[in-house]
Order: sequence, then C-alpha cells, then structure tokens
Amino acid sequence: MNRTRFLDHLILILGVLFMVGPIVVAFMTSTHDPYEIHMKGLMTSWGNDFVATYDKVLFEEGGFTGKVTGLAMLKNSFILGIGFAVGKIVLSMLAAYAIVYFRFRMGVVFFWMIFTTLLLPLEVRILPSYEVMTRLGLVDTYSGLIVPLLASATGTFYFRQFFKSVPEELLEAARIDGAGPFKFFVDILVPLSRNMIAAIFIIMFVYGWNQYLWPMLMTTDESFFTLVRGIKQILLVWVGAQIPDYNQAFALAVLAMVPPILVVVVFQSWFIKGLTESDK
Amino acid sequence: MKRVQFNRPLLPYLLILPQMAVIVIFFYWPSAQAIQSSFYIEDPFGFGASFVGLANYKDILTSGEYLRIVNFTVIFTLLVTFLSLAIGLLLAVKADKVLRGASAYKTLLISVYAVAPPVAGLIGVMFFDQHIGPFTKLAAWFGWEMRVGIDYWDTAITMITISVWKQIPYNFIFFLSGLQGISRSVVEAAAIDCRSPTRRFWTVILPLLSPTAFFLLIINMTYALFDTFGIIDTTVKDKAANNPITLVYKVYMDGFRGNDIGGSSAQSVILMLVVLVLTVFQFRFIERRVHYN
Repeated sequence: MNRTRFLDHLILILGVLFMVGPIVVAFMTSTHDPYEIHMKGLMTSWGNDFVATYDKVLFEEGGFTGKVTGLAMLKNSFILGIGFAVGKIVLSMLAAYAIVYFRFRMGVVFFWMIFTTLLLPLEVRILPSYEVMTRLGLVDTYSGLIVPLLASATGTFYFRQFFKSVPEELLEAARIDGAGPFKFFVDILVPLSRNMIAAIFIIMFVYGWNQYLWPMLMTTDESFFTLVRGIKQILLVWVGAQIPDYNQAFALAVLAMVPPILVVVVFQSWFIKGLTESDK
Repeated sequence: MKRVQFNRPLLPYLLILPQMAVIVIFFYWPSAQAIQSSFYIEDPFGFGASFVGLANYKDILTSGEYLRIVNFTVIFTLLVTFLSLAIGLLLAVKADKVLRGASAYKTLLISVYAVAPPVAGLIGVMFFDQHIGPFTKLAAWFGWEMRVGIDYWDTAITMITISVWKQIPYNFIFFLSGLQGISRSVVEAAAIDCRSPTRRFWTVILPLLSPTAFFLLIINMTYALFDTFGIIDTTVKDKAANNPITLVYKVYMDGFRGNDIGGSSAQSVILMLVVLVLTVFQFRFIERRVHYN
C-alpha cells in the first residue's frame, strides 16, 4: 500500500516538475545577465540582475520605433483582456436573454446563426477578416483589436444553458408582481448569474490576454502592441544578434504569463466550475 | 425554451442586435468573402480578379508541398492529442487518488493553462536552443545533435513537446472533474467485485469517463489544428522553408507572406470543411457510441 502511494506522489511530482519547471526556470534565468546565461545556459538559481532587468524591460523605450515600453504593452494587454471579457459578457448575456426569455419569430434563425460561429475559428478566416478590417479602417485601433474577437458563440451558449436552468417560477412570480423585462433582467437575472459571470470573466480574460495571431495582424503601430504580441518582436530582433538579450526576453515572457496565471490560480474554483460546467 | 416568455414585438430584436451585428460583420462577411475569393485569381498588381472556377482547389490538392503539410498536420494532431490526453489522464487519476497535497498538486498543474501559446513557444525554444538549451545538451549527451529550426524532425519534436505541455492542464482539469463526478458507491461496489485496481480502472472507471474523453478528443484536435499557431510561429520564426508547419500556418504564410489570396482562401474553405466534418462526426457518430450514465 505504502509503495503504491509513494509511486502516486512520485508521478505527480514529476508531472509538476514537467509543467511548472519551465516557468520557474524562465523566471530565474530572467534575473541573470545575458553573458552569464550565454556561458552557463538556463538558470535555476536567483541572480543579481532582477531589478535592473525588469526596470529596463518595463520602463526603457525600445522596439523598432524606440517608443514602446513594457509598461505600455502591459497596459494594452489589460485593455485587450478586460475589454474582451466585458464585451463578451454584455453581448452574450443580452443575446441569451432574448433567445431564452422572449417569443419572437426570428429567434430560431438567430440561434442557428450564432451556433454556426462555433464551427469556424478565427484562424481559418484570417485573411478575409483582415481585408474587412482594412476596408472598415479599423487597423491599429482598440476596437479593431477587440470587437472581431467577440464574433463567436461561446459566451452566448454558457448563458443560454444557465438561463434555461433558472426556475420558471421566478419569472411567473416577477410578472405577477408587475416586473417588466428590464426590471426582471436587472433585479433578478443578473444577481442570480453572479457566479456565472465571474467564471466567464476569468476564462475570457485569459483568452483575450493570450491572443496572438489577431493582434499580430491588426496592430502594426507599436503603441498598440500587447505583451503576447511583443514576443514576436523579440524573436525577430534576435535573428542575427551575437548574444541575444536572453534575460530581457525571459522577463517579457514572465510579465506576459504572471497576470493570467495569478487570475487562474487565485480564482481557481470559479474558473474550474465555469470551464467544466459550461463547455459540455 | 421557457414555457413562460415575454411577448414584446421589438425588444428581443434590440437585445440580440449587438451580438448579431458583430457576427454578421466579423464572421459571415469574411467567411462569404473567403468562399468567393477561393474561386478567383487576384491580379498580382492589384488590378481586379478573374474567375477561375475550381482551379485554386485543383492547384492545392495536386501540390506535393500541400500534401506534405497535410501529412505533417495529421501526424502532429494525432501525437499532440494522444500524448496530452494520456498524460492529463494519468495525472488526474493520481491526483484523484492521493489525500495529502491534492490541492497543491492541482493548483500547480493547472497554472500552465494560463500561459499563451507563443509564450510557451518562446520558453520551449529556449529549452531546445543550440547554445543554452538543456534539452539539446541532454540529447547531445546521448550522441544526438539536435538542430531545431534546421532539421525537420528536430523542429517537429520541439513543436510537439511544447504543444503537449501547453494542453495537459486543460485535459487534467476535465478528467479530474470527471473522476470526481463518479459516485462513491460505484467505486466501492467495483472494489468489492474486483481486487485489481488496474483492471477496475480499465473496466469501470474508464468507461464512465468516456463522455469526457470523447469531448476532449474533439477539443484537443481543434486545439492542435488551430490554437497551436503561436507555438509554430515562435518555433519556425517566419522561416517555413524546410520546417514542418501545419495547415493553418500555411493559410497564413500564403495569404500574408505570399500574397496568394485565391490560394489562401481556398485553403481556408478546405479547413472549414475539415472543421465541419469534425463537428458532424462529434454529434452523429461519437455521441451515440459513448457510454452515458
């Protein structure tokens, strides 16, 4: 018995090492200077350059135009993550409310039109989407960055499932008390959905924060770069460099990882509940 | 739908309008355009386009390069799906079993879920780097000189490793919640009937997990096909020449680097059909054969 329990823990510890190890190594390496990294390879110990490196990455202006700082990219990442999550929640809650609680002729048609978007991820229709954006003049704008990503059905489905599970008696009672659709939504449905909203916010925030391909195409102006988008720039600068700034690259990667990891770890129970109960 | 509903003539349309507007402008319009331009060849100097029927499709499906990429995409998708499902399941079974430290293991194992694919790609590329990568050194110790970015299969191994690493937490979360959803009485009854835990796992637990597993199968295939873009991009760094790439990356390369709008659109349409088949397969075939309790 003891032997099998030991084996279980051993497998789990190996799993944790494999999963978390690279993140820890990335962080540790970012605190050393590039020559040391070049000589000795990746680091597992704490170095002396933590403050210097992160200060440089966050505040020194760099990039091709020499204007963008890590802090500006961090701000853009937050705008994208929060803007996407909020937009997704507002749009999909309203749409799900209409679909579940109203009788209207086009309801079924709209439902299927929304459902179809689940079939085709943005990556598949990337070029025509880009063309539409240039035609609308939305390249290098925050709305161009955020709004097209909202064109999918995931959020609507989460809320549709949830609204359907809300007891019918609530609506009956509310109507007897004379509540109209607006009052019912604001005073009853929104408070009831609080946990659901939190869970979806976390999932969508991480999803928005981690976007790569779309921001890469939509932002050519460096002042709109997000951290994840900035990764591409690091790699391009590297090609041909004698000793690349390993420490700065890792520092930027760490900055791009920390906020979403914190959100997922801190709000773990909401996040897991939202993910497993709504995706099926 | 609800039995009791509101009956207003205009309000539901107003409520659904924002969502529909976004979908029509940013989903239906581009998708229609992809289908349309797949039948045209764009003039390289920008003077209009001429209708060529199915020529773009014919060019793609007879091109040796495209078929090689199809081939790699299939291998890549199968390996990533299988490995990340297997490792996720193994860790979930173990995390479900241990009493001490279960929540610590859980927290640590799911944290990688939040890492963006290109960030995972950057870190992974460092681990396989020529100068500083520990995996490259390890491989060299066994007499295998890894040259990521130059050697086709060395690059492929890097891409697969990073993609699996990134996807394990997702599978872990779903398998663990599936395992915890199995009722105690079933587990105990099985323990009375059968002494071997391994046999119990294959005959009782795994069949009960099959809905989760098949749901994850489709999700993982979609992940490997589409969401790995950032990993592939950071591994091959725009130099797709001799490197392994997947179909989505090819759409991007031809559309944005090669300016072949017709060809890229035709590839998009082919991928749309693949996704459509996967979805229909999920609904029709798998759902019927899987054991639901």
